[in-house]
Amino acid sequence: MSPTERPNTLRSGPDGRGRFGGFGGRFVAETLMPLVLSVEAAYEAAKRDPGFQLELDRYLRDYVGRPSPLWFAERLTKQLGGAKVYFKRDELNHTGSHKINNCMGQILLANRMGKTRIIAETGAGQHGVATATVCALFGLPCTVYMGTTDVERQAPNVFRMKLLGAEVVPVSSGAGTLKDAMNDAMRDWVANVDDTYYLIGTVAGPHPYPAMVRDFQSIIGTEARAQMLAAEGRLPTIAVAAIGGGSNAMGLFHPFLDDPDVRLMGVEAAGRGLDTNQHAASLSRGRPGVLHGNRTYLLQDDDGQITEAHSISAGLDYPGIGPEHSWLHEIGRVEYTAATDQEALDAFQLCCRAEGIIPALEPAHALAHVTKIAPTMPKDDIVLMNMCGRGDKDIFAVAEHLGVKL
Amino acid sequence: MSRIAARFSKLKTEGRGAFIPFLEAYDPDLATSTAILHGMPGAGADLIEIGMPFTDPMADGPTIQTAGLRGLKAGATLPKTLTMVSDFRTHDADTPVILMGYLNPILSYGADKFCADAAKAGVDGLIVVDLPSEEADWLAGAAAANALDIIRLVAPTTDDARLPQVLNGSSGFVYYVSIAGITGTRTATAEHLAAAIPRVRRATDLPIAIGFGIRTPAQAAEAARAADAVVVASALIDTLAASLDPEGRAAANSVQLVLDQVRGLAEAVRSVAK
Repeated sequence: MSPTERPNTLRSGPDGRGRFGGFGGRFVAETLMPLVLSVEAAYEAAKRDPGFQLELDRYLRDYVGRPSPLWFAERLTKQLGGAKVYFKRDELNHTGSHKINNCMGQILLANRMGKTRIIAETGAGQHGVATATVCALFGLPCTVYMGTTDVERQAPNVFRMKLLGAEVVPVSSGAGTLKDAMNDAMRDWVANVDDTYYLIGTVAGPHPYPAMVRDFQSIIGTEARAQMLAAEGRLPTIAVAAIGGGSNAMGLFHPFLDDPDVRLMGVEAAGRGLDTNQHAASLSRGRPGVLHGNRTYLLQDDDGQITEAHSISAGLDYPGIGPEHSWLHEIGRVEYTAATDQEALDAFQLCCRAEGIIPALEPAHALAHVTKIAPTMPKDDIVLMNMCGRGDKDIFAVAEHLGVKL
Repeated sequence: MSRIAARFSKLKTEGRGAFIPFLEAYDPDLATSTAILHGMPGAGADLIEIGMPFTDPMADGPTIQTAGLRGLKAGATLPKTLTMVSDFRTHDADTPVILMGYLNPILSYGADKFCADAAKAGVDGLIVVDLPSEEADWLAGAAAANALDIIRLVAPTTDDARLPQVLNGSSGFVYYVSIAGITGTRTATAEHLAAAIPRVRRATDLPIAIGFGIRTPAQAAEAARAADAVVVASALIDTLAASLDPEGRAAANSVQLVLDQVRGLAEAVRSVAK
C-alpha cells in the first residue's frame, strides 16, 4: 500500500488473513495451524465478551498497578535544553516492565481455552518473568525458553523465574539469544498440542499474535494519550519507543496512529553500529522475509539464511520485528531510527542521575534518541517516551561494560 | 506423467510401497552428500528427499537442525543444492527428487525463479514446511507453471473439517506427519497409523507417505503396510553424524554406513506386499 492509498484509519488492521499490508500472515507447519486458528477463535470470542475485559481490567488495576503514571522529566528536560520530555512509566508495573500487560491478557485467554500448561520465549527475561508471574498467580506450570547467552547476561531474571516456580530451559542453538529461544518454544508447542498454550511476548509470530499482543499493550498508549491531554491539554509532538520485536512501541503508537500531528519514532538497536554486522536493526538494514510465523523485515544473507543480531540489550537482540511495524515503516507513518550500544549506555547513566530512574537497557535506546532530538526542538514541544522497563536486571551487564567489578 | 506419478504407478503394478530416504544437502560436505545421493537408488530408494539447509528449521529436531548447520558451514546455498540435483540427473533420469525446506530462502531466491530453476535442474516436488494452505499462494502459481508438485503435510491435528482445504492444491503425494512433534523424536503407534491413514485415504486419491519418527526396518515395514510410502530422515542422519570425526569430517565408511542402512530399510518396505 502506498502512502497515497491510505485508508481512513490506520488502526483497523490486520485483514482476515492476519496481514498488515504485505506483512504478517500465518507461516507455521500444518501441525500448528489448527492451534493457531483455535487461539484466533478464542481471542475473537473473548473480545466480544464484556466479562473478559472487565476481568482483565480488574487484574491490571489491582495486581499490575495500572494506570502507570505519566512523569514530566523536568531535570532531564532542563539538561537537554529543548522540548519537554515525558516518560510513560511502564517500568513501575508489577514485574518491572510492560510485558505483564500482555501476559495478563493471554493468561486469561489460556484459562478460557482450558489450557493447563504455559510455555514462553524470553530474551531479556522480562517476558519470562512476567509469564512466570501470571502462571504462579493462576497455579499453572510454566516453561520458559531462553538462549544461553541471555541466561548468562540476565542472571537475576533467570533466578526470578525459578523463584516463581517456572522451569527455565537454556537454548544453545544459534547465538543462544531470543531467536533461538523462539524456535525451541515453537518446537515445544508442536510436540504438546493438546494441553499447552504458547504465550508469545512480542507483536510477532503467526496471526493472531501480532494483533492480540498489540491490543493488550495498547493500554500504554491509551492511558498516555489521556494523561497527556490532562497534563498539557494537547497531544505530544513526538512519541518515542525502543524496538526489538516491537511490543512496547506498538502499544504506545497504536492509539496515536490516527493523530497525524503526532510524529511516531521507533528506535532499533544499532549495536556496535549500523555499518558493522553487529546490530539488531531489521528495518534499517534488513529486507522482507518469513520467520517465526510471519512475513516481516529480517536480518538475512543473500541466500535467505537468518543472520545473528547483536545488541547490548538482550530484549532488542532479535533479527526480526513485528509485522505491523514493517507496514508502518513502508507507509511512512512511523519513522524508524537506531541507537548504538554506547549511546544506550550513555543514556542509561544520564537517566539514573538526572531523574533518579534506573532504566532498562531497552528504553535506554529510546532515551538515547530523545537526547538527540529534544535539544533541537522548541521548548514548548513535547516528547513522550515509553519507559518500558526498569534496569535492576541490567546492572551487572552495565557494570561489566563500564569496567566495574561488583 | 510426472516422475512422481510414474514412479507410484510403477510401484503399484509391482505391488509394493515406496521407500523415500532423506539427506541434507552438503552434510557434512558436498562430496559426501553427493555420494550418498548417487548411491541411494542402487540401495533401494524409490524417491529421494533432499533437505535444503536453513538456519531456523522450526519443525525439526536436533538431528536435522545439526545436519542443516553442517550443510551451511560446508557452503550449502539454494543454487548449490539445485546444482546437486542437476548433477544427479545426468546419472539418473527416473528417480523422483523432492526438495524439503523452509520458505524464506525460496522467497529470497524469488519464488518464480526458484521454481523455474528447480524444474530445470530436475526437481519433481517441493515440501515447504512453514507454508500452510492458508499461505499457499506464495508458491502455488510458480510451482504449477513449472509442473512442480506441491507436497502438503497432513498432521494428526488436521481434523476432518480441515482436510479438504489442506488437500486442495496438493499434488504428487500427501505427506502424513505421523506424530504431533518435531522430526526425529517420537514414533507413532501402529494403532494410530491404522486409524489415521484410512481417514486421509477417504479424502484423497493421491498416494500417502508416512514420515516423522520411523527409524527401524520393522517400523518401516509397519508404515508400509498402512500407507503407500515411507520416509526416513533422522535415523539416517544419526548414522552419518555418528561416523564423523570430532571436527565433523566424514570418515572413509560414512557413505557406506548410510547406504547400508538405506538398503535395510528399503528391503523392509519391499517385503510388504500391497
